Amino acid sequence: MTYNLGLFASWQRVLKRELLLAYKQRNDILTPLIFFIIVISLFPLGIGPEPDTLRTIAPGVIWVAALLATLLSLSRLFNNELHDGTLEQLLLTPQPTSILIFAKITSHWLTTGLPLVLISPLLALSLDMSTTALSYTMLTLLLGTPILSLIGAIGAALTLGLRGGGVLLALLILPLYIPVLIFATGGIIAASNGFSAEGHLSLISAYLIITLIFAPWVTSYALRVSLD
Amino acid sequence: MIFQKYAAPKYFYPLAGKCLPWFGWLCILTLVAGLYLGLFVAPPDYQQGETVRIMFIHVPSAWMSMFVYAVMAGAAAVGLVWKIKLTDTFIAASAPIGASFTLLALLTGSLWGKPMWGAWWVWDARLTSELILLFLYLGFMSLQSAIDDPRRASRAGAILLLIGVINLPVIHYSVEWWNTLHQPSSVARIDGPRIHSSILTPLLIMAVAFKLFFISVVLIRMRSDILENEAGSRWLQEQGA
Repeated sequence: MTYNLGLFASWQRVLKRELLLAYKQRNDILTPLIFFIIVISLFPLGIGPEPDTLRTIAPGVIWVAALLATLLSLSRLFNNELHDGTLEQLLLTPQPTSILIFAKITSHWLTTGLPLVLISPLLALSLDMSTTALSYTMLTLLLGTPILSLIGAIGAALTLGLRGGGVLLALLILPLYIPVLIFATGGIIAASNGFSAEGHLSLISAYLIITLIFAPWVTSYALRVSLD
Repeated sequence: MIFQKYAAPKYFYPLAGKCLPWFGWLCILTLVAGLYLGLFVAPPDYQQGETVRIMFIHVPSAWMSMFVYAVMAGAAAVGLVWKIKLTDTFIAASAPIGASFTLLALLTGSLWGKPMWGAWWVWDARLTSELILLFLYLGFMSLQSAIDDPRRASRAGAILLLIGVINLPVIHYSVEWWNTLHQPSSVARIDGPRIHSSILTPLLIMAVAFKLFFISVVLIRMRSDILENEAGSRWLQEQGA
């Protein structure tokens, strides 16, 4: 065993382990994805099948469903590791915790956010979106879902092992998701109306960069507080 | 350091007790003066009529809702860095007051909106940010009450407050660009306030009264919190409390 792994190597190892675990529990990946599809198909049933209405509400519907699907998957981010003791070992390793946590968040995005991005064109078509709107939906999801995983990790760390954790997590995290929702849907609407979506995309990217820098670090601090 | 001395509950408790009547009476005095000037002396608005008087409650509550959150976040940062226990007491005492101010701002805004805009609620940027602020307060308070260990509760709460305060401008501007119907700020302007002094004076007096109210209630709540946490300690028994 080597104890002085480099930053990238340790990130890679944790990521590999996480992806292997995710592969062994494939149902955990499928559940948020199926939830995403079901929530979106509820809207035409509740609102009516007129294509014009569906096209108008499509960006918001897809994005709200993405927020909720991510929220649903957050509890498994640290809970299993908390119960089998792996989390404490992770915090005790000599490598910076934020790098290891970042690997966990990366794996969470690969197994939750990325499937949503990949399935979104199908759902966009079912809501009668134009090709432009469809491609911007994919693009905003690609830029935005990592933010959801990053901010969500902070919430998951803060509510670790608490009673009523799920609902509490929603209350803590959903208000922080609002900027992503606004910028993303704004971008899709602007692009489908023939305007430039560059401003919205830049804002999402800026938000992504900020969360990318701070979230892993804050999450590892929050985990230390929760396990203390 | 004088601050370090008074950060200890043993010294803070009697100091707060001594300050409390001053803040309390000043609060009542300014509140009566502000309400009298606002409700009886200030002229009715030529467009809004008597309804404008709701502003004397609405505007200071909205100011306080943001002020209290900012002060709580500042205290959270101080508490995390210097590990002062008193800041936790302060934050826990402030949260429900801040949430109440936010709710009051939303309710009075709604009462004003019905005759003016013709709707109890519109999805306007400022209203929405205020609603989100209420969610942030509620999230903070639920997190605090869900954690049994007081040390973990205060530290987790401090992290949440700091994330919230970083996000608050982002949320505010995102909502601002999303939709705006609310009138822009007319007091805090570089070229001086745009409203007449007969309205501005009671408004500012009410703002001071609300601040004093916040300080007084926070001191009362902190004192009772200290009594609860330090029950049975020697210095409390010496005080005869």
